[in-house]
Amino acid sequence: MKRIIILFFIGLMAVLSCRKMQPKASADDQILDGPVEGLTAEEKLQFIRGDVAFNDEVFTAETGLGPLFVSTSCGNCHAGDGKGHPFTTLTRFGQTDSTGNKFLHMGAPQLQNRAVINFMPEQIPAGAASTRLTPPANTGMGFLDAVSDADILAMADPNDADGDGISGVPNWIHFKDYLHERTGIITSGGRCIGRFGKKSGAYDLLQQTAGAYNQDMGITSTYEPYDTYSGHEIDPEVSNQTLLDVVLYLKTLKAPVQRNIDDPTVIKGKQVFMQIDCGKCHVPELRTSASPIAALAFKAFSPYTDLLLHDMGPGLDDGYTEGNAKTNEWRTPALWGLGLSKNSQGGQYFLLHDGRARTIEQAIELHGGEAKNSVGKYFSLSGQDKQALIKFLESL
Amino acid sequence: MMRILFFVAFIFTTYAATAQIDSTLLRRKPMDSSSKNMNMDAIYNRPFLSIGKLPVALGGYVEANWQHLGTDGVTEGHQFQMRRMTLFIASSIYRRIKFLSEIEFEDGTKEINIEFAAVDIEFHPLFNVRGGIVMNPIGAFNQNHDGPKWEFIDRPVSATQMLPATWSNVGFGIYGKKYDKNWVIGYEAYLTNGFNNRIIDNGDGRTSLPAAKEDLDRFEESFNGVPLVTAKAAVRHQKIAEVGISYMGGVYNKFEDDGITLDKRRRVDVYAIDANATLPKIKTYITGEWAWINVDVPATYTQQYGNKQMGGFLDIVQPVCQRPVLGFDKSVINLACRFEYVDWNVGKFQSTGGDIADNFMAVVPAISWRITPQTVIRINYRYNWQADLLGNPYAKTAGFQAGFSSYF
Repeated sequence: MKRIIILFFIGLMAVLSCRKMQPKASADDQILDGPVEGLTAEEKLQFIRGDVAFNDEVFTAETGLGPLFVSTSCGNCHAGDGKGHPFTTLTRFGQTDSTGNKFLHMGAPQLQNRAVINFMPEQIPAGAASTRLTPPANTGMGFLDAVSDADILAMADPNDADGDGISGVPNWIHFKDYLHERTGIITSGGRCIGRFGKKSGAYDLLQQTAGAYNQDMGITSTYEPYDTYSGHEIDPEVSNQTLLDVVLYLKTLKAPVQRNIDDPTVIKGKQVFMQIDCGKCHVPELRTSASPIAALAFKAFSPYTDLLLHDMGPGLDDGYTEGNAKTNEWRTPALWGLGLSKNSQGGQYFLLHDGRARTIEQAIELHGGEAKNSVGKYFSLSGQDKQALIKFLESL
Repeated sequence: MMRILFFVAFIFTTYAATAQIDSTLLRRKPMDSSSKNMNMDAIYNRPFLSIGKLPVALGGYVEANWQHLGTDGVTEGHQFQMRRMTLFIASSIYRRIKFLSEIEFEDGTKEINIEFAAVDIEFHPLFNVRGGIVMNPIGAFNQNHDGPKWEFIDRPVSATQMLPATWSNVGFGIYGKKYDKNWVIGYEAYLTNGFNNRIIDNGDGRTSLPAAKEDLDRFEESFNGVPLVTAKAAVRHQKIAEVGISYMGGVYNKFEDDGITLDKRRRVDVYAIDANATLPKIKTYITGEWAWINVDVPATYTQQYGNKQMGGFLDIVQPVCQRPVLGFDKSVINLACRFEYVDWNVGKFQSTGGDIADNFMAVVPAISWRITPQTVIRINYRYNWQADLLGNPYAKTAGFQAGFSSYF
């Protein structure tokens, strides 16, 4: 009887201490997922729905996958909402200048390199230029979405008026019919400013999301109704509600939290970063303007990007482009979350637009064009300063 | 008013009739605990209740539990679950002809499955014919899956999520056993309906043999007209151990439709080894199985669906107290531990040459109290690690589970 009572109390203790015997949540600054603070209850519910659709829904042939595709789910390319891995690297092809893509009738712009059973995947047509693009991290994109066009244009210096060798231009892209204009939209020649994608080829997260469903997974929607295999307009395979849930999820993912901000080496590293002019393109702080999501409106945040295109030199010129960007121009990628990239890339770095850089130093080294001066300055730094700079970048 | 009176009269007479059943007519047929039993006998080696001279026996088991699990700081709190209730109906149709069916209700009535419904005809101990819905004898767990036989609340992940236990199909086969002093040798071989495309096209996002069960037509028609072959051979020494090796294989894709060739024939092949033993003197019971799966996945598909999987489990059960407790005279308290491992995708990325991760490990220490041989109360602490495809930091899940399982 005594033993039974002891066992009963052991069981009771287990019940009472059950949470203490479970794995702890990672610290907020160690993970990329999670919502921004200050969402309404309704927004939180939509965030959860979007989270499920983004991370848990795996498409099958029966639910609309493909027949040509790159990935079977959103989360497959953005593990933990972080940067992607070469396994899901995208290939785009066809466009070489601002006159548009001449290979649209042959499946451009995106190569669907996989196919469901009994179908054959696409091949890059002969003569088409192409580039490989590593999926980016998703975090903090609502903040980038809420920066005003005027603020982006204010950072542009197309003719290098200040003579620092850094220009920075927006990518003027065609405005899709289904998009809603942002407050204070600025257009030029009937085109608007793109801000998402490696070439800033997408206006907002709705275009980015509907495009990814269609081009990455072969899922049609009322926004992007054309089947990538047949080219025909077909019934939507994802509902507007689900797609909009995912858009809200992406908009309200928190901004990555910097770590070790009080570490003297990190502080020193940031000084070096600014000193060698990295911060001229990787602008440390931006501000949002009005946003329908109150939690995102009128906030200062630290993405380390200017959302503009820069000439990155012949080494990074793959001969392919989007909008009116030149083939050697790339949008400054946000550096926030850089130090956590390994946690979504299988414990390794795959940096730059196609993952060719395996270390942060290699990524710096491969910068050319407008970044050439900064790279030169980096290599003339002392070992200690270089180390501080890398430590700072890893803290982001 | 007449309806109400009729209803009351009906209830009363039903109750009265029930009260008049002579309980001595109910005979419990206990499980055969002789050491000549092998894993393949698990289907019939269950306690049944027979009524008078009726040639029909009834049985079943029930499993319910509480659990509180959390994954990386996120928990769904206290969960009470009715995992399954299973009903057996067995009958002796004639000498050496018998029938058994097993109908399972999982998670309430979320899933209702006929897991077994077959007629067995014995021509010779070495040559029996079985036909109907049969359990394919791959590994050990698939045929020996009754909850009350195990000290753990969850079924092994390798057996239920990699191998598709409980995996039943319509088909026919033969089996037999041969005894020689301490040795028993047994075999089984079946031809049944098989797998389908879902094993590499499913919402799990990985190669999943259990996903084939989502095809509700599989008890009516074969997906591709090619039989699935399942065969097992096992040997048992009554004082040492039982070891079984098994194979299951066939074509899983629809390679032809309406006489038109669509694709080449793509195979799935499964190999398994299982063993169980009770160590003399200390009576430690050890059981486990390990399986390897090869699937011919089209090269133009995604590597997310792997063409190789492997995994298994090992259970160690140590009785620590065998004596009457609270009036239960056959009471046994056990300490146990289960170790599990599954590699859902054995291989390397074509893009980098690096290893594909997507693996799972678990350790499950347990205390079980077998109040009677047919009823077990068990407390488990589960800790498992799941790596994603890319090998990012493990998702860790842990927590307590407590519940019971009993034959009735």
